[in-house]
Amino acid sequence: MARAVDEAHDVLQDREQALRLLRMMLLIRRFDERAEEQYTRARIGGYCHLSIGEEAANVGTIDCLEADDYLFASYRDHAAALAVGSSPAAVMAELFGKETGVARGYGGSMHLLDVDRRFLGGWGIVGGHLPIAVGAALALDYRDVAGAVLCQFGDGATNIGAFHEALNLAALWGLPIVFQVINNLYGMGTSVEQSSAEPELYKRSCAYRMHGERVDGNDLLAVREAAGRLLTRAREESKPALLETTTYRFRGHSVADAGKAYRTAEELASWRERDPITRYAELLREHDLLEDGQLESMRKEVADEISEAIREAAAAPAPEPDRLYENVYGDESWREQFARMDTAAPFGERLETRTWQS
Amino acid sequence: MAELTYREALRRALDEELERDDRVFLMGEEIGRFEGSYKVTAGLWAKYGPKRVRETPISEEGFVGAGIGAAMLGLRPVVEIMTINFILVAQDMVVNHAAKIRYMFGGKVGVPMVIRTPGGAGAQLTAQHSQSLEVWFAHVPGLKVVAPSNPADAYGLLKSAIRDDDPVLFVENLVLYNVTGSVPEPEEDFTVPLGRAHVAREGADLTIVAHSYTVRRALAVADRLARSGLEAEVIDLRTLRPLDVDTVVESVRKTNRVLIAEEGWATYGVGAELAARVGRACFDDLDAPPERVAGAEVPMPYAKPLELAALALEDKVEAAARSLLAECGLVGTG
Repeated sequence: MARAVDEAHDVLQDREQALRLLRMMLLIRRFDERAEEQYTRARIGGYCHLSIGEEAANVGTIDCLEADDYLFASYRDHAAALAVGSSPAAVMAELFGKETGVARGYGGSMHLLDVDRRFLGGWGIVGGHLPIAVGAALALDYRDVAGAVLCQFGDGATNIGAFHEALNLAALWGLPIVFQVINNLYGMGTSVEQSSAEPELYKRSCAYRMHGERVDGNDLLAVREAAGRLLTRAREESKPALLETTTYRFRGHSVADAGKAYRTAEELASWRERDPITRYAELLREHDLLEDGQLESMRKEVADEISEAIREAAAAPAPEPDRLYENVYGDESWREQFARMDTAAPFGERLETRTWQS
Repeated sequence: MAELTYREALRRALDEELERDDRVFLMGEEIGRFEGSYKVTAGLWAKYGPKRVRETPISEEGFVGAGIGAAMLGLRPVVEIMTINFILVAQDMVVNHAAKIRYMFGGKVGVPMVIRTPGGAGAQLTAQHSQSLEVWFAHVPGLKVVAPSNPADAYGLLKSAIRDDDPVLFVENLVLYNVTGSVPEPEEDFTVPLGRAHVAREGADLTIVAHSYTVRRALAVADRLARSGLEAEVIDLRTLRPLDVDTVVESVRKTNRVLIAEEGWATYGVGAELAARVGRACFDDLDAPPERVAGAEVPMPYAKPLELAALALEDKVEAAARSLLAECGLVGTG
């Protein structure tokens, strides 16, 4: 606990850093509020999962990542992309299915990534990316790089087999990885109590002799302290850990879900009172790090930034249909390999059915 | 050239690629101290150590996923699944993840990984250990599927697969492991390209198409037919995705008849795919509809007479070939 206070003091003694973290949470909040609106205006297709209410759980861990570290996230990945520093315009462009999107319009909301910033995806199958993140940690270990992997997922993922296989392998092989369960209390409309025989999810690490702990995921500094400590331990001692950050999504599972059928108004209201952004802003005020009116001016600033991102994304070109077959394969000889699969087209499609080609 | 078994040819390919490229490492159950369930990796753990030859627990979804993650960071994992039947518990990793990653991430990251696994039947291994599921994977864009029938191809194709930048399912065959054949010497750096079928035997009367162990059956049948004066051309597909349709079409344009034989089930199988493609490309060349012969559509039974009845053995392939030829007025001599 003493260390937690020390770490918190670090942030609270550095105004620039303290405000940077606040600004990032505001940016994520505004981004998702506008994504919700853009979805209802049919500029965004498919699924769209928002992180409104979960900003501290995301920023608190991702802010601790260093140059050699990698990040994996679930399909609720807008916050992850923004927190690693991807441009809001490129992220919004991906949601809009534009060529300038972070995945060039091939992935959409659930499959954001930023290879330069070592953010290796937004993944769409619940829990499926956990073994893959273990493989990334294995590669760091194989190459003797002093980096670590942060792998985020929701509470629902802890009941899938891949979760248990991933934790076992990471512990067995002593890999530098921190598994972060962002426990927002519901997997879609099913509560943790309804789905997990051991609802204190961090305790599942015990089965693998792995360190596990739970922190208040709406307390930015508590999350940041725990993540910093566990990532350092992973990097320096190659020890995995399970970090449970408890939080709440203010919206439904996705934009298509109002989130009210399975939750009470009282429950929502009680979590609203624990809004991670409000709480952090109050803390900064108590420490004289946030001046009167500064929060509002920051809100205005990020709102303008997101408006500009939306303008940019909307104006960007959509991918041309003739890019359909790009990137199915990447080996430089793939065209030659597939050349004999059909005399008309690489994947057996008849030339005359490719209507977009004149 | 050296005379090696299929197993030894695979081992030599693994050994050479481990030696050549330090990004290559092996991962799988019992591949180290135990030297592999089918002894393909024998001696490699002792030679390269536990880092390059990583033993895993029984955790296929976990370690196939770990292979994918390591490949995304630039390593070249060669993952062994003890038999193709067990890959089903890792199917999400192969189909939902490995096959999709490059595309759904806009080409920004790839998965240069090989999954080696034997399929096949015939040793009374029963329903859960006797399947030929390679077509499940050949169906999926983003994957490549290789299924060699002889030691030289096993050697050359495995080297190509390991050097390929995309995920490759490398399907071996339990019955082939002890089959011997000539394999080029290491100095030649011999490889077999993906997507090229091989005309294993030339003939003018009938084209028999097969892959993996069934190629050997097809060659045996061609010998039998030759004794009746009927000349079958045998095409070894070698890879199922990419599928070398051109070589099959060229052959059928010459023979005007095609029989596709496979060890797995016919419904939605290799024969179904080729019949559709050949039917279209060779519509005016065919003297009879494309014919198929495959394993009986039952879970593999245990009792020997039942198992023999379920397998696509030489007699069945021969009967189908003769029936097809007879339909075209060719009954042969003797």
